[in-house]
Amino acid sequence: MIFERGHFIYEFWVARFSLLAGLWTTVSTSFLTIVIGSALGLVLGLVLAYGIWPLRFLARFYVDVIRGIPLLVLILFAYYGLALFKISVTPYWAGVIALSAFCVSHVAETVRGAIQSVPAGQDEAAKAIGLPFLKRVRYVILPQALRRVLPPWVNTALEMVKGTTLLSVIGVVELLLASQQAIARNYLILQFYLAATLFYFIVNFAIAQLAAALERRFRRFKY
Amino acid sequence: MLNYNFNWSVIWRNWDKFVDALLLGLGMAVVSLLIGTLIGLLVAYARGAGPRWLRWPAFVYVEFIRNVPLLLLVFFVYFGLPELGIYGLDKVQSFVLTLSLYAGAYMAEVFRAGLASIPRGYAEAARAIGLRPLQRQRYVILPVMFRITLPSITNNLVSLFKDTSLAAAIAVPELTFTARQVNANTFRVMESWLTATALYLFTAYAIAIVLRLVEKRYAVIR
Amino acid sequence: MALLEARNVQKHFGSVEVLKSIDLDVEQGQVVALIGASGSGKTTFLRCINLLEQYDAGSIALDGEVVGFTSDGRRRPLSERRVSAQRARIGMVFQQFNLFPHMTAEQNVMLGLTKVQGKAKDEAATIARHWLDRVGLSERRDHYPYQLSGGQQQRVAIARAVAMSPRLMLFDEATSALDPELVAEVLAVIQDLAKSGMTMLLVSHEMLFVRDVASKVVFMDGGRIAQAGPPEEVFHHPENERLKTFLGRFHGMFGQPV
Ligand SMILES: Nc1ncnc2c1ncn2[C@@H]1O[C@H](COP(=O)(O)OP(=O)(O)O)[C@@H](O)[C@H]1O
Ligand SMILES: [Mg+2]
Repeated sequence: MIFERGHFIYEFWVARFSLLAGLWTTVSTSFLTIVIGSALGLVLGLVLAYGIWPLRFLARFYVDVIRGIPLLVLILFAYYGLALFKISVTPYWAGVIALSAFCVSHVAETVRGAIQSVPAGQDEAAKAIGLPFLKRVRYVILPQALRRVLPPWVNTALEMVKGTTLLSVIGVVELLLASQQAIARNYLILQFYLAATLFYFIVNFAIAQLAAALERRFRRFKY
Repeated sequence: MLNYNFNWSVIWRNWDKFVDALLLGLGMAVVSLLIGTLIGLLVAYARGAGPRWLRWPAFVYVEFIRNVPLLLLVFFVYFGLPELGIYGLDKVQSFVLTLSLYAGAYMAEVFRAGLASIPRGYAEAARAIGLRPLQRQRYVILPVMFRITLPSITNNLVSLFKDTSLAAAIAVPELTFTARQVNANTFRVMESWLTATALYLFTAYAIAIVLRLVEKRYAVIR
Repeated sequence: MALLEARNVQKHFGSVEVLKSIDLDVEQGQVVALIGASGSGKTTFLRCINLLEQYDAGSIALDGEVVGFTSDGRRRPLSERRVSAQRARIGMVFQQFNLFPHMTAEQNVMLGLTKVQGKAKDEAATIARHWLDRVGLSERRDHYPYQLSGGQQQRVAIARAVAMSPRLMLFDEATSALDPELVAEVLAVIQDLAKSGMTMLLVSHEMLFVRDVASKVVFMDGGRIAQAGPPEEVFHHPENERLKTFLGRFHGMFGQPV
């Protein structure tokens, strides 16, 4: 019967609290990563586009290095490495730091590309009415750039959500590791992996579709 | 670095391991790209020109793969296939299978966009000189499409190479796994991870640079 | 003292000398037209006046104040703040309109009023409406650029520039990107501004319009001013061979042999 030991529904019910806790960790790490990564990424993107050359060079170096390293290596490096600096962080925060560092570089590159894709005439027209630099960026360039940032930004955000599964490798009990722990007890390998897979699929697919719909609505502005 | 004394001798002692690990990762990435390209082509055609009953599964395949974490897929295939009665795949094969399926979905998107971006005039001109449908694809559409999508293919190969790090999760002795092992055996944290990082960076950029040269060689004027 | 005084202005891009030595005065209330073959440096000169390009030598002064550089003889570039303030006193209309696509017509006009001049929203809106009305677009003030025709977009761009009450207006081929049937509506707006006493320096290939509206015509050739004077003089007594050839194309239009 369904409500017997060894049946998926039963085992799922038994594991419900640890799965929920895992889900919460997935949500919170994703959220923190995307917020921190986007905020710092915006700043770094501005540096890439407008910074004086030593700053721009450093930013470029950071972005290119991070984007050349696998996320998993970043996570492991942060996990083992931060301790060396006498920074004692939990695996949770080591993971969030690594994921954010990764997110920053991708957002920064996206922001830079979007800023530079705004036609030069826009900046010149803004100059011609006497807007100083910061106001040109704030009122003319960024509104147009951010519109272009949306699709790749959503993409990066989804990558981050998926990337939180890598935290399982350093022992952060997010949804994947919580599922594996359940599997370790009940051996329902296919069922629990399938459940987790479907969960990620539904959530990410929904977000992606939502973003695509938003993007289509914006498209009427033709810029 | 607060009083950290570097000792690189452990890296030299394990250098062969690192090189083997790097080559294994690179090999898995290349094989996955090749299989993924094949899958991607079939799926792109299925989605663009296939019969209705094929479009649906093609769409589901692509969207499913792209919205599910790769690590989950890796575990699913590695632990799940035996459950389904499919035995005989070792760790590496299992991982390459996963990465190929994964690459297939991404390549399908690349090719779909590539096919869509080919000006209609090409196909019409090919028809005008009397090429039959398959010949049109073989001699005109596909060569143009590959040239257009070469930059995306390059990016995908670099991504796949970095993704081979996930094979460490099922104990495939690639770079990440090796670094972790050396780290665990010698406690040389910085040396192990800096080495892995440097090798990943070097290889990722080497792939990109080499393929950019290929791109230049085959660039189409558009 | 003329409103605009350009003295020995020089500009090069790399090794190419684009402006060789430009001297030009524009008096208060005057409408000066720059004509000349493309590549002769007209756009570059206008962009130097508005500091979209830095000129390499010489000086450009508006109301006696050198634009872009300190006037203490050391010729140091001014700060971003000072440059912006100077630009705010010069209006510019571009060939490609360059309206801000994420703003309505009214918002386009209001931006400089609120963010540069610090006017309150209400006051800025009143001014914006006044000028949009003046260019015949009061009905369109809530439209986005993509909802407007090229001619309408250019009229909004003109309103955006003049709403700042500039001392000088620069027009760089304001009608060149327009379909022929839309040219007249934009020229009419410029002519209306000229009649109201606005000082203008304009580049145009519309020779009939130039003859009507300009009080002085300046013919540029190879980065120099080859001839300058009242329109009748320049059009009917061209001194320069290139100008003769240039005007030859308009022979019939003026009804007189050139
Ligand atoms: N940013 C630039 N870099 C290099 N050359 C330029 C640049 N802008 C203009 N030029 C050159 O300067 C010359 C004059 O151009 P321009 O002022 O646009 O002439 P006009 O407006 O009279 O057609 C042309 O030869 C043009 O190629
Ligand atoms: Mg020009």
